Amino acid sequence: MDLATFLVQCLNSVQFGLLLFLVASGLTLIFGIMGVINLAHGSFYMIGAYMAYGLAPIVAGAVGGGFFATLAFGIVLSVVVGYLLEWAFFSYLYEREHLQQVLMTYGLILVFDELRSIIVDDDVHGVPPPDWLAGSIPLGDLMSYPVYRLFISGVCILLAIGMYFVFTRTRLGMMIRAGSTNREMVQSLGIDIKILYRFVFAAGVALAALAGMIAAPVSSVYPGMGEQVLIICFVVVVIGGIGSVRGALLAALLIGAVDTFGKVLLPSAAGVLIYVLMAAILLWKPAGLFRAG
Amino acid sequence: MAVSRSAVVLCLAALAGLLAWPAFASDFGVDLTTKILIYAILALSLELLVGQTGLVCFGQAAFFGIAAYATVRFSPEYDAAAIWWLLPSAVAASAVFALVMGALSLRTRGVYFIMVTLAFSQMAYYVIHDTPVGGGTDGIYLNVPPSVAVGSTQLLDLSDPLHFYYAALLALVTCFVMLAVALRSRFGRALAGIRVNEQRMRAAGFSTYPYQLAAFVLSGAIAGIAGFLFAIKDGFVNPELLSWHLSGAALVMIILGGLGHLRGAVIGAFALSLLEELFQSRELMGGFSDHWHLGLGASIIACVALLPRGLIGLPRMLRARLLGARQAGAP
Amino acid sequence: MSAGEVLLAGHGIRRVWGGLVALDNVSIEIRRGEVHALIGTNGAGKSTLVNILAGEIPPSAGTVELLGQDVGAWSQPRRARAGLARSYQRTTIFPEFTVLENCRLCAQAKHPRPWAIWSAAARCGTSLEAARRAAGRVGLGDELDRPAGLLSHGGRRQLEIGMCLATDPQVLLLDEPLAGMGAEETDRMLALIEELRPGHAILLVEHDMDAVFRIADRITVMVNGQVIASDLPDAIRDNREVQTAYLGEPA
Repeated sequence: MDLATFLVQCLNSVQFGLLLFLVASGLTLIFGIMGVINLAHGSFYMIGAYMAYGLAPIVAGAVGGGFFATLAFGIVLSVVVGYLLEWAFFSYLYEREHLQQVLMTYGLILVFDELRSIIVDDDVHGVPPPDWLAGSIPLGDLMSYPVYRLFISGVCILLAIGMYFVFTRTRLGMMIRAGSTNREMVQSLGIDIKILYRFVFAAGVALAALAGMIAAPVSSVYPGMGEQVLIICFVVVVIGGIGSVRGALLAALLIGAVDTFGKVLLPSAAGVLIYVLMAAILLWKPAGLFRAG
Repeated sequence: MAVSRSAVVLCLAALAGLLAWPAFASDFGVDLTTKILIYAILALSLELLVGQTGLVCFGQAAFFGIAAYATVRFSPEYDAAAIWWLLPSAVAASAVFALVMGALSLRTRGVYFIMVTLAFSQMAYYVIHDTPVGGGTDGIYLNVPPSVAVGSTQLLDLSDPLHFYYAALLALVTCFVMLAVALRSRFGRALAGIRVNEQRMRAAGFSTYPYQLAAFVLSGAIAGIAGFLFAIKDGFVNPELLSWHLSGAALVMIILGGLGHLRGAVIGAFALSLLEELFQSRELMGGFSDHWHLGLGASIIACVALLPRGLIGLPRMLRARLLGARQAGAP
Repeated sequence: MSAGEVLLAGHGIRRVWGGLVALDNVSIEIRRGEVHALIGTNGAGKSTLVNILAGEIPPSAGTVELLGQDVGAWSQPRRARAGLARSYQRTTIFPEFTVLENCRLCAQAKHPRPWAIWSAAARCGTSLEAARRAAGRVGLGDELDRPAGLLSHGGRRQLEIGMCLATDPQVLLLDEPLAGMGAEETDRMLALIEELRPGHAILLVEHDMDAVFRIADRITVMVNGQVIASDLPDAIRDNREVQTAYLGEPA
């Protein structure tokens, strides 16, 4: 592999890893703080991507906005959806056993899938990136790298920094971190745990949907995308340690690297590699790399 | 765990019904019921792990699919293999995988355990899907079902749907009885103790790991029997037999029927399969039948939410509702 | 009251969690025919010590000897089979099973015979007999068919001890068996421990000082992970250090 190709694959692996981190961070927070296994998290990613596809013409027609306007609308919409979903459905799952949560959210996947099928369709769709991000940067003589992919990585890094800031510098972040290690304590401190949970859940949904939205121009929009992301994200969360956002970042980058380079170097084994990695890490550290908080 | 007399009577009545069923049913009905019987065996295998031992395994499809593929792979291309070696070989393939998966997964607990079992089953899926072992992503065919013969006398013709139906029923009854006996034994009681309170079992002197591993292998073997039958039924296997959707469906079956009871697994298999048929039927659902996942998903959610004890708990729930709390306390 | 040979001993036990030293150079000996009480403030390390002796967690340093053998590398089940039983502070029973089945299952640990698939456990004579005996000793002989979850709090604590006895142990580690008990139940439990004294080596972790001074042959006092005194009850009562650290102002 020559240097240019290697560089391209590195950039791809970082971009993929960062995108995974965006989705997985929501999953690990919901998992770690509310103790809910949410199999439908991949559906939020899919919903985000389909929003990028479906909202674009609506936003263009109504407000005359382009990509970023669609993005803004999508984020607001997903926060609202997340809020309502938590209030109507997920808040009932907190007290239930893991197995019941698994099955109820599995049922939710089926529902979301069919709703997507009814509202949109079952086809694959492309989503064009905005014009000013559609170019490429030359790398060496023969290769060039799409600007949009750098944009994806950039957005993810910004969000990661933002999350770090919120977690470590704000009261809200402190409450969230406390909530992930000791739920009862936070409640007894008089903090309305219900509102905190609702907020965390909505944020998780928005992160996943946003990831789907910005990934859409690169990955296209297709029915099975939620599932694919879901399983990989579970691997990320488990490797990183449930409830640990730091762990999710490290694990996501690791998985991004293994998956990207795996596909290039060992294409027939690529699918298996991340599971082998997960099995290996869990055998070394049965509770993931990091603890919660 | 004592089984009430009414439960035994119901089981025998159900068995009688299943024995007589082909006389009344259409070809489609027999075919569908055969499929359900096979799924019931799969559900039983999962009930052993989840309901009896307390190990929530999200990878049951791997045992099912590996045996199915082994059945096709081990059979000669144009001849009938003898069932006497084909069945044990296919089951052994699943059991070995279960041994490895169990040995490694049992190092983790709780949610991590669920995820690791899912990961292993995904590994198996990708190996079958992407490597030459699986023979391609579209699946492979079993040209000739195995022969069931002693010497030169044929006992069953597995290509005959009626014979196959009874073979599947025999397999289900055998697995059911075998598990019922096993669960009554010291081994079974130890599993129950491990499920309820593993720490106490260890404090009393039980090395819990070998018991859990044995449950894994037994569960994998029984799921393997189901996979073996499935491969023969349609003569075709594809990688989707190892998909996590099937693992999820198996979990739905045992919860729907009622966790902690062997007959719950069988009831759940029937209930889920019939629900699927219901939602997919054009006659009943019209155009909506194209989007049958919607009804199915909503049903799963409703069942788990409203029937925490599964369908087995329904009579008691109804009695409590109709007669008041006083009556519900009676054993 | 001469105590017999040492059945369980810990020497120089040290346990470190991250940066925190939970136990520092703790040694303890429990002899046959002796009730050895372990007292100390909350967080003194008593439960940690019991967990290490039982084999649930490994020490960072130090040895544990059971019946004269070094069992440091032995898992908890293995030590239990060798004659070590423990009860838990938080009741650890099988609520769904009957009292008899609770004891029977524990007794089964001695004769597991897992391969005998065809024979029903409920007809296993050996474990049933041991179970009935154990249940009878703790005063639950009349409630064998009761689901354990329906017992009173005192009944459940009795069952906890009964399950320990079902394995016919030589060493008993009792972690706060009197917790949450009224006066009458306490008397009953102490009478039981008194009955058990002759054949067994008993380590009793307790907070109830009256009970401790009534029944203990020897008392070890722990503060902040260290043993500050280990002596006869009267000597402990008069010990200055113990008084200030634990019992309050010197009288």
